[in-house]
Amino acid sequence: MSSEISPKAKPVKTTGLHVGDPVPGVKKVDPILVADGVKRTFGGLTAVDVEHVEIPRNAITALIGPNGAGKTTFFNLLTGFDKPDTGTWSFDGKPLAHVPAYRVARMGLIRTFQLTKSLALLSVMDNMKLGAKGQSGENLFRGLIPAIWRKQDTEIEAKALDLLGRFKLDAKKDDYAASLSGGQRKLLEMARALMSDPQLVMLDEPMAGVNPALTQSLLDHILNLKEEGMTVLFVEHDMHMVRHIADWVIVMAEGRVVAEGDPHSVMQDPAVIDAYLGAHHDADLGATDTEHVEAMKELIDDEQ
Amino acid sequence: MDWGAIFGNAVVELISPTTAAYALAALGLAIHFGYTGLLNFGQAGFMLLGAYGYAIPALKLGWPVWACVLTSIVASVIFALILGIPTLRLRADYLAIVTIAAAEVLRLVFTTNTFQDVTGSANGLSEYQAGLLQFNPFPPGRYGFGPWIFDNRVWFFLVIAWIVVALAAVFTWLIMRSPWGRVVKGIREDEDAVRALGKNVYSYKMQSLILGGLFGTFAGILFVLPRAVVPSYFQPSLTFFVYAILLLGGAATILGPIVGSIVFWVLLSFFSGFVARAVEAGWLPFMTQVQAGQLRFILVGIAIMLIVVFMPQGILGNKKELAFVK
Ligand SMILES: Nc1ncnc2c1ncn2[C@@H]1O[C@H](COP(=O)(O)OP(=O)(O)OP(=O)(O)O)[C@@H](O)[C@H]1O
Ligand SMILES: [Mg+2]
Repeated sequence: MSSEISPKAKPVKTTGLHVGDPVPGVKKVDPILVADGVKRTFGGLTAVDVEHVEIPRNAITALIGPNGAGKTTFFNLLTGFDKPDTGTWSFDGKPLAHVPAYRVARMGLIRTFQLTKSLALLSVMDNMKLGAKGQSGENLFRGLIPAIWRKQDTEIEAKALDLLGRFKLDAKKDDYAASLSGGQRKLLEMARALMSDPQLVMLDEPMAGVNPALTQSLLDHILNLKEEGMTVLFVEHDMHMVRHIADWVIVMAEGRVVAEGDPHSVMQDPAVIDAYLGAHHDADLGATDTEHVEAMKELIDDEQ
Repeated sequence: MDWGAIFGNAVVELISPTTAAYALAALGLAIHFGYTGLLNFGQAGFMLLGAYGYAIPALKLGWPVWACVLTSIVASVIFALILGIPTLRLRADYLAIVTIAAAEVLRLVFTTNTFQDVTGSANGLSEYQAGLLQFNPFPPGRYGFGPWIFDNRVWFFLVIAWIVVALAAVFTWLIMRSPWGRVVKGIREDEDAVRALGKNVYSYKMQSLILGGLFGTFAGILFVLPRAVVPSYFQPSLTFFVYAILLLGGAATILGPIVGSIVFWVLLSFFSGFVARAVEAGWLPFMTQVQAGQLRFILVGIAIMLIVVFMPQGILGNKKELAFVK
């Protein structure tokens, strides 16, 4: 891992990920995660109803969709934090349904939360160290004897320092996580997720609340993850960012996958415009939609 | 007014076996509440199981000391599993409700006449210490220095109690600075975050519940050794006094529970001595001796409220943490 962040003007996009027409549920050449018939209802409301979706390996996939589309719920289902009514899904060929969340994480699928979860009264460094896998000192009896875990702990600390440096948090390493700003906590959560060398990183709105200068370096981090062989699936509302780094885009609306494709073509898909603007464009737009209208307009302008 | 006697009685509590027992019970709650964030309101139940788990086999079956202690341990681990299995997957408040109820059930079971032959019901059990006392190295008699004059039995129990407290404190210190302690503190802050990092949160919470419960169990044994075992010791108020000690000393600290227990018992003894003699001397004409006995608990209540309002981190707690408590 290089600790330098070199802003890349035009990131290299991975192409040729899918087989056949880019319709919702299209087969991928090398999927890392495959979900089938995943459905979750809350009372009468169907939050997620995904027939089939595949996440391509070693690529950056964006999951987009209007507020309430079911993106976070889908994340929760995939990572074992919520139980679906029906459905199966597998990660790297291994079935994941009914696997508890901590085991999902151990298998190499690490997620972050839309509402940041920093461990407030632990130091930033302790937050990071907690992310490392397979620590012998985490066993009650072995923990009693520092000689058993001291060496491993030192290695973990060095790795944490390196990551903190890259996320510009090294100066804060001894402070309580509670003393970080909202954006810094997002960074900490992402850095912590990387401590376990995951295969698939699922980020729920990693950029929300992060200032533009740092966004650029965060984007570069995410691109670096791909270079290091990881797969990234992220939820994001900022379409510029999606267009900038995503190799593949999956669009959800009202719980379903309504479109898939590379970022350029998916933005022009009428189904996507419908999803954001509602099927009846001319009808009165709710206040929450105006933001998306803006975003879509910008994108369409960008494309031309 | 005999100030000498009031102060003398108060400083006796500085090292009494009871002070040590409460310190140990509070250290157990520090593991539960201070470090892991588990709300155990049934520490009295764990203490009861320690006391009876030791006394019953010692008295009724004549078992050796180690077997009696082992019985207490097994009983306490089973109790922790029964409490933890259904509740540790749920929100924190469920454990609180279940533990307070279960501790009461235990106390009532040991009070009822149905099991009189085994438990001695409300009269409890006494003279079960013979097995332990045969190891007493202190020569018979009453001796000591200053206000600390005890008989050889009490000296023996006192030394055992403080050795156990010291071992428990070192154990807690070691485990809380280890990666195990880091996971547990993480769970206190946000268990979903810790789960997302691949830790089996349920298992850690169970380990913490068992460990803190065992400290309560040992505290129960130490508490009853100098006296008879009576179920009325193990009222819910016992748990609340232990919580008061924990908050007084500092919830997520090792020495806090020990310092808290010492301060608590010295002050309590001082207050009750002072009030009793003040009534005797006619300083409080509106009060009878019986009322004076109750007054000290009112004072404890007021003291707890004052601590929580003006010193919420406790005597040894970290003031810096408070800046971030919502
Ligand atoms: N625990 C819950 N109980 C009831 N309804 C829920 C629950 N969680 C989510 N929902 C509903 O499910 C739908 C999908 O919610 P979800 O959080 O997945 O949306 P989202 O796509 O992540 O939106 P956003 O972009 O705003 O984060 C919403 O209509 C929401 O109201
Ligand atoms: Mg969401």
